[in-house]
Amino acid sequence: MYNAGKILIGLIIFFGLATFPFFYNMGKAIAKPEPKVDTPEIMKLAKQDRKCVESKEFMRAEHMQLLNEWRDSVVRSNTRVYVNAEGKKFDMSLQNTCMRCHSNKKKFCDECHNYMAVKPYCWDCHIAPKEKES
Amino acid sequence: MKTLIPFFAVVILIVLALAGVNMANMQFLFGVAIPYAALATFILGVIYRVVKWGRSPVPFCIPTTCGQQKSLPWIKQDKIENPSSTGWVIVRMALEVLLFRSLFRNIKTELRDGPKLAYGSDKWLWLAGLAFHWSFLIILVRHFRFFSLGVPFPIRMIEGLDSFLQIGVPLFYMTDAVILAAVTYLFIRRMTIPTVKYISLPADYFPLFLILAIAASGVIMRYFAKVDIVSVKQLTMGLVSFSPVIPKGIGSIFYVHLFLISILFAYFPFSKLVHMAGVFMSPTRNMANDSRMVRHINPWNYPVHVHTYEEYENDFRAKMKAAGLPVEKE
Ligand code: HEC
Ligand code: HEC
Ligand code: HEC
Repeated sequence: MYNAGKILIGLIIFFGLATFPFFYNMGKAIAKPEPKVDTPEIMKLAKQDRKCVESKEFMRAEHMQLLNEWRDSVVRSNTRVYVNAEGKKFDMSLQNTCMRCHSNKKKFCDECHNYMAVKPYCWDCHIAPKEKES
Repeated sequence: MKTLIPFFAVVILIVLALAGVNMANMQFLFGVAIPYAALATFILGVIYRVVKWGRSPVPFCIPTTCGQQKSLPWIKQDKIENPSSTGWVIVRMALEVLLFRSLFRNIKTELRDGPKLAYGSDKWLWLAGLAFHWSFLIILVRHFRFFSLGVPFPIRMIEGLDSFLQIGVPLFYMTDAVILAAVTYLFIRRMTIPTVKYISLPADYFPLFLILAIAASGVIMRYFAKVDIVSVKQLTMGLVSFSPVIPKGIGSIFYVHLFLISILFAYFPFSKLVHMAGVFMSPTRNMANDSRMVRHINPWNYPVHVHTYEEYENDFRAKMKAAGLPVEKE
């Protein structure tokens, strides 16, 4: 090979970049997030009523979308009542509805969000529920 | 035909992934086996191509330059366009790789009435190319979020800048719009400029369709038909820690996205896309124009036996003298 030294350096850099994720995570414990749904507010409900606003599968994938729709609907058209797929009514509110049940933000919302490295900017303005440091 | 074949090739790939996941339950194949195989093909393929280029000799000193060569001290050298040292070659290469400097000089030619040949500036290709490559890079870097726990700060910063407009929830990424627009432009350009259309091959359209499909499936997954991203990350983390898992209930569009990316990676080293490595290996870019200072020896030169004048004179000195011819050595 001509200019073998220079080409080799280039190839090593390429190999390092292409396999970087493998090295970066070497020896790290990989725990999947386990959001806790055992807040007092939820435990108060009867067993068969321990359900979210919509189905669990829907919430996992679409909760940000739902929050966005709630926000637009409240702020833009002053419609504050949400009727879910089962016909149950909810007050469209981040603090008063979601966070009343999910009052354990650190063990719930943040559990997933830290795993995904998303930092919703909502809490710049909205007040997160008070939690004991643990 | 030149566009329809690659178009349907991509459609078939999408259908293949959908059918494999929805009908045959081959999540493991599409989620684990194919991505691993594709990454291995990509890495080994690129190394193979680079080594193959490295083994080809460069017979001449052939940098293409377009500025004043290093000459007399009072003539100003254009160091970037006509570098004579490794340092300036690196500067020139960096500008080429990061900003596509030579494409910036792209011009269009037109035959006007007269007939007269007219040249004009044409920056659109450069602009769309730059927009496309940079958004692709940013998107690629952003995806590192799915392949690391404790995502490093630079990645989070890039992501923050990309979603800086804070439109909607989940936040809208600017590069998503840019890449779709740029790839669409590059495709329309191929279709509408007759000369470009004439020289375009299926191998030019296929990567465009493939990348368009990858970007579109990603956009659909993020903004429209959402998938359970936490499970997706479980899958990707399983891949990078060599303990693959297939979490239940990930939407099949994710497998389409992953399959198309695997195809892109595996296709990369054997197609024109390998210009990513090739740009560094181009003698017209990576050589210093120092042919007035350093003798470039063709590596495949056959050792020619040379008979010098000195030897010639030694052979014939007596005869030359006898004929009255001048000789250098008595
Ligand atoms: C009535 C109380 C209640 C309210 C109000 C509520 N949730 Fe829930 N949420 C639950 C319960 C209970 C579960 C667990 C559901 C299950 O396991 O089937 C849950 C599950 C979830 C999950 C899925 C967690 C997982 O483990 O996959 C998300 C995400 C979520 N909620 C977000 C929200 C958001 C966002 C809001 C506001 C729009 C909200 N919830 C409002 C009670 C509530
Ligand atoms: C700039 C400050 C600010 C930020 C950031 C912000 N909000 Fe709000 N939000 C408000 C204000 C002000 C209202 C109006 C409250 C009202 O009229 O009841 C509101 C109302 C809402 C409402 C309906 C009313 C209620 O009680 O909750 C929802 C839902 C909501 N925001 C969700 C979000 C989400 C989700 C985010 C993050 C993506 C977010 N907001 C970020 C200021 C903010
Ligand atoms: C099951 C895990 C999970 C739980 C629990 C959860 N989230 Fe999320 N959240 C996510 C994922 C995943 C995303 C999207 C990340 C992405 O787009 O990469 C997200 C995104 C968001 C976003 C949009 C952020 C952005 O910048 O795009 C908001 C707002 C949000 N979540 C609010 C909440 C709130 C409020 C709660 C608690 C009531 C909650 N989430 C609980 C997983 C979860």
